[in-house]
Formats: sequence, C-alpha cells, structure tokens
Amino acid sequence: MSTKPVVAVAMSGGVDSSVAAAVLVEGGYSVIGMMLSLWSEQDSESTNRCCTPDSMALARRVASILSIPFYVLDARQIFFDTVVKSFIDGYTQNRTPNPCITCNKLVRWDFLLNHALAAGADYLATGHYASVSQKSKHTFQLSRGLDPTKDQSYVLHILPQPILKHALFPLGRFTKHEVREMAHKFSLPVADRPDSQDLCFIGSDGDYRHFLTRYAPQTQNPGLIMDQHGQILGTHQGLPFYTIGQRKGLYISSTVPLYVLAKDILRNVLIVGTRDESGCDHLVTDHVNWIEGFPPASKFNASVKIRYNAHDVPGVVSVIGKNSFRVEFENLVSDITPGQAAVLYNSDICLGGGIISSNDQ
Amino acid sequence: MIHIKQIYLDYAATTPVDPRVMQVMLPYFSETFGNPSSYHTYGQYAETALENARETVAQYLHCIPSEVIFTSCGTESDNLALRGSAIYAKKERGAKHILISPVEHHAVTHTAQQLSNFYGFDLEYLPVDGFGQTHVEDVVKRIRQDTAIVSVIYANNEIGTINPISEIGELCRSKGVIFHTDAVQAAGYLSLDVNSLHTDLISIGAHKFYGPKGIGALYIRKGLSILPAQTGGGQEFGFRAGTQNIPYIVGLAEALRIAQTEKVDRVISIKPLRDHLIGTILEEISDVQLTGHPDDRLPNHASFVFMGVDGNALLMMLDVEGFACSSGSACKTGNPEPSDVLTSLGFTHDWSLGSLRVTLGNYTTSSEIENFLAVLPNIISKLRKIR
Repeated sequence: MSTKPVVAVAMSGGVDSSVAAAVLVEGGYSVIGMMLSLWSEQDSESTNRCCTPDSMALARRVASILSIPFYVLDARQIFFDTVVKSFIDGYTQNRTPNPCITCNKLVRWDFLLNHALAAGADYLATGHYASVSQKSKHTFQLSRGLDPTKDQSYVLHILPQPILKHALFPLGRFTKHEVREMAHKFSLPVADRPDSQDLCFIGSDGDYRHFLTRYAPQTQNPGLIMDQHGQILGTHQGLPFYTIGQRKGLYISSTVPLYVLAKDILRNVLIVGTRDESGCDHLVTDHVNWIEGFPPASKFNASVKIRYNAHDVPGVVSVIGKNSFRVEFENLVSDITPGQAAVLYNSDICLGGGIISSNDQ
Repeated sequence: MIHIKQIYLDYAATTPVDPRVMQVMLPYFSETFGNPSSYHTYGQYAETALENARETVAQYLHCIPSEVIFTSCGTESDNLALRGSAIYAKKERGAKHILISPVEHHAVTHTAQQLSNFYGFDLEYLPVDGFGQTHVEDVVKRIRQDTAIVSVIYANNEIGTINPISEIGELCRSKGVIFHTDAVQAAGYLSLDVNSLHTDLISIGAHKFYGPKGIGALYIRKGLSILPAQTGGGQEFGFRAGTQNIPYIVGLAEALRIAQTEKVDRVISIKPLRDHLIGTILEEISDVQLTGHPDDRLPNHASFVFMGVDGNALLMMLDVEGFACSSGSACKTGNPEPSDVLTSLGFTHDWSLGSLRVTLGNYTTSSEIENFLAVLPNIISKLRKIR
C-alpha cells in the first residue's frame, strides 16, 4: 500500500491541466485524472467546448502517456443549474456575470472536489496559474501565479480555508512559456493546443448575445441610448447586450469615441459618454469571501483587480458587515462592472474578494 | 491505493483469451498461413483448418457446417442477419414489418432503426415485463403476414434476463417468419441447439467466451435467402466476402468447444458466488433493486440499480478500489443517458442512472467476491452523501 499523497487532477485535454498532471506525476504523487462532462448548447458540437469528444480523447491520451487512471464524471446537470442559470440570471438582472467564478465555486471546487475526496484523494489539483501555501498550521494562503499575464487567482478568490487545504496548483510557479516547453518535454500531444475559451458552454458562434436571445428572449428589450445629460443619441437592443466600458457596436455617430457608462434599469436607458466621463471613484460588493476567513482589518489599503484582465489599482477597503465591502479609489477607475468580481491583493497575496453589486451608491 | 491489483468483474464486456485457445491459434499466423481459397498445399491446409472449425461450430449448434458463416464479430452477425434478411424479404415478398424486443443490443436496435429510417421498414417493439422478458403471447399479437423478421435477444447483456427463445422460434416458424436471436451473451452458458431453439439466424462473438476479439459467427438456416453485406470473392458461401481470418476462426471454434463442453462445471462454480453476491447486496444496502429476472438469468450475471447514485461515479470509485465493473453498457464519455433497457423496464431516472453490472467469470474467486462486498456498501453511502 502506497503512502504517497493521492491527488485528483482536473483534466480538460488542454495544455495547462495536462502539464499540471505531468508535474504531479513527476513530483511523486499518486495521480488520478478526472474530467467533467459539462453542459453546452446543442448545436454543431454536442458537448461543451471544454469537453468535446476531441478534448476527451486528448485528455485520455495524456492520462495513458502518464500512466494514470482517468475518469469522466457527468456534471452536465449541476453545471446547467449553477453556472448556466446564474449566467442567464445575471444578464437578465443587468449584471455582467463571470461564469468561471461560479464554475470554480459550485462545480470544480464542490462537485468535483467531493467526488475526488470520496474516491480517496487527499488533494484536488487544477491547471490554474496560482499558488497555495501554508501560512500556519491551520491557515492557507492563495497567491498569484508567477506569470503575470496568466495569473488566475482572480477566479479562485472564492476558495475558503476548508477547500484551500485540499487545493494544489502545480503551475503557479511556471510561466505559460515554460508550461508549453514542459508539454513538449513530456511529449504530451497537447503542447500546441490553443488556450481554452471562457464561455465554454455557448454554441459554436461564441457570442453570448445570441445565446441570451435563445435562452432568455426577454433580454431583447429595446430602449434609448442617452448621454449623461439626457440627450438621446440612439437606441439599444436590450440592456443585457451591452457591457460597461464597451465602445464598439453602439451604432451612434459621434465626433469622439463613446463608451457605455451605466445602465438605467428603471428607465431602460443605456447611458454613454466619453472616456473622461467613464471613471468612478468607488465600488461596493456582496458575496464576499476572505481567504483567511476574516478580513485583515476593518479598513485597509489593497491592490484591487476589478476584472480578470484589468490591471490592479490601489484602493482603500472598508468592510461593511459580514458579506460586503466598499472600495474607495484614489483616482477615477473606468469599467467598474456589476457582476464582475473585485479581488483584493496585498502584493502577490490574494486577500479575498466580492462580486461588484454597484458603483453608484 | 491506485496501484493495487485490479479485480476483473466485467466478464460480460469481454473475457481474456483462454491459454488453450491461444495455443491452437498460434500456428495459423506464420506457419499455416495460406489463403483458404488458394489451389496449392498452403491453401489446402488453411482450408482444412477453416472447415474443421466450421464443423466444430456446427456440432455445437446441431446444424450442418454450411449453415455456419464466420464474421468479424457479434455486431457484424447481428447487422448481416437483420439487414440481409429484411432487405431480401422486402424485395421478394414485400414484407416491411420488423418486430424486435426493446431490450436488444444496439447492434440490433440501431440496425433496425436504420432499416426503418432509410429503407422504409415499419419497426415495432415488443413489450417486455418488469424483468425485461419477452412473452410469446405478445409476439402472437403483433406478428403480421408482412413481418420480415423477428429478433429477440437470447440473454440480455445489461440485465442478464434469458428469453423464451424456443417458444418464440416455434411461433415464428409456424407463421413462416424469419426469427433471429442475438446469442452473444448466451453462447458461453446456454444451449445453442438450433433445433430446439427453432431459430433461423443466431449471432455469436468469440470474445465473450474466452476466444479472441474480432471474430464472430452467424448461423443461417439452410435455404434462407439473405442479402450479403460484403460482396467480392464469394467466400462464406457468398454471404460474406473477404479472405477468412483463419487463426481467429480456429480460436473461435476452440473457445466454443471449451465453453460448451465445460459449461456445466462452470455454472457449478460461478453461480453460487453470483447468488451470494446478489443476496448480500440486496440484504446489506438500502434502496437497491436487482434488475432483470431473479431466476431466468445468465448464471454469471448480477445487475442492480441504486437509488440516488451516479453510476459513473460509482464505477470510478470501484475502479480506484481495484474493481473493474460496468454500468450495463460501456460508456466512457461520461454522458450516461438513462439506459434504453432500464427505461423500458419502467425505472425512473433517479433509479436508472445508478446502475451497476457485476459479471463473474472463470477466474473469479470467492475471496474476490468477499472483497468486493466489503467495499461496495461504503462506496454507495459515500456517493449518496455527496449527491
């Protein structure tokens, strides 16, 4: 009987999760490959783009190259009930949801983790670019991945301590370039596969607006486009089809570029303005998770990331009760978008985060 | 925990090749390698091996050798039987009705569906009882003058239920309708006597009875006209063109000989283990049902449904613990749809997704079954907790 720790690795047939599995095997762990079959829109491909028969065959081949067992679990129902439904609900409520966060919270680090633990695994590993380390006997820390262009700690800010103690991110200390090189070194057939897409469950056209039209036709609700002074500039197709900060696709003629600034839900009006007008000096969140289980202080300075691809901006965080915080920014910040997460860092250490509920209080 | 010895309990999926079978196959790869259609000595040796094998198979089917043709597998035999006889019967006498049980192997179901979707046949399913058994009275009610073929599986792969083939065969014979049975699962344990079974077509595949994969046979009653699926050099009496795979044919015949001569001993050793397995599971686990017939079932076959359990996760957990089982039909994709068979038996979604098939074989020991019974209840309760 082996005493090596057992790690279940979430495999997708992509380069990251494949290399993560290889790194674990090389590190001497007992590794089990697991893949989730996820729901997707029925069109030319019958399964989610993250788990097409092609991806599944690749993941299977990687597992066989690494001589690890490989299992596929059916997560279509739970993926639909959580990720897809909250994606639709979010847009219908005029937020811009981040389905990757929901998936990590309710599918990967819940459904899959529970199956992994039940199967006897000590850890669940994923190919995320992030790191988890033990700060003290009972406290685990989440940090950014080494590769600044690939860091995925943003979508993992929802992990609480009882889950972090079972989490491994073998790629946290590598750059994407090194990961691709390792894929070649391990002779994995995935070395040159393109990176996966975020909206893995949307049909082959890949456009969330078409998806909403098909699954939530009530989102098609035309109204007026106005500037901040109430001047009518055009018409919109329905507020959910626009994202804060969006410039293209507004179809209004103007001498200066105009951006979506806000959505006036009561009047069904899309508010646009110039880049100068787009900033905001604060945000408020709900659905908060503090990585250590509690905030570092009731008021503290932090580096704040308001979107997966945004640069950090400095801000002062004030904790409001158990499930909310407010951030005041020194300078105006553009593109603060309800539904996206605001994730807080102290240097490279993720402190936690919450879902932006509004930027207009 | 991962590199522990694996225990194989999936003999209905496939079996290892019996070393005795392997032994008789070996000379036909590189020594006696001739083409049985060739005129010279090499060809004659190969032809002798082929015809001896055909004779052996015929002996256990109680038929004449020219009624046995070799195919690439049980699935090919099913395809040829259905498509070949249906299309011919349509052209000859305008028959356009196909009658099959709803618990056929996909090799039959999907062929019948293709005949219905692309060749204008009228496909009708026979009812089955809660054990998945077909009754002759239901065939009586549905058989028609224009029925091209009736096909009922001898013993079901998912639930192990044995059908009254002889009675259904007798009825079809009296009505002058062609009757096929898929005996792929049955061949290792049940009689294949075509005279008492009253069948016109019987499909078998060697790898279910300790022969090699990639070889099967089809019994075609003398005088029956079927359209060949493969045309060419006229091998296999014109029913299946292509140079015969002599080592595999020899292997099939030897495996069938061993299976049929040793089947009584085999049942004596396997069935008590299987009965103990079923009894213990039904006793020790809550919300479980045996699927298929309690008595009229293959002696090595046990199948269950567990309420509120994800069948795929169950197979994963068992495999991690070292037990290779199946959910009934092999599904690697992780998209288990409720099985057609279990659905036709009336199981609801909540039950039918939690299916488990445990099939024993020649190498199964009582300690393997004890070990299996020691881990299963715990796995089921773990899975019920995380759902």
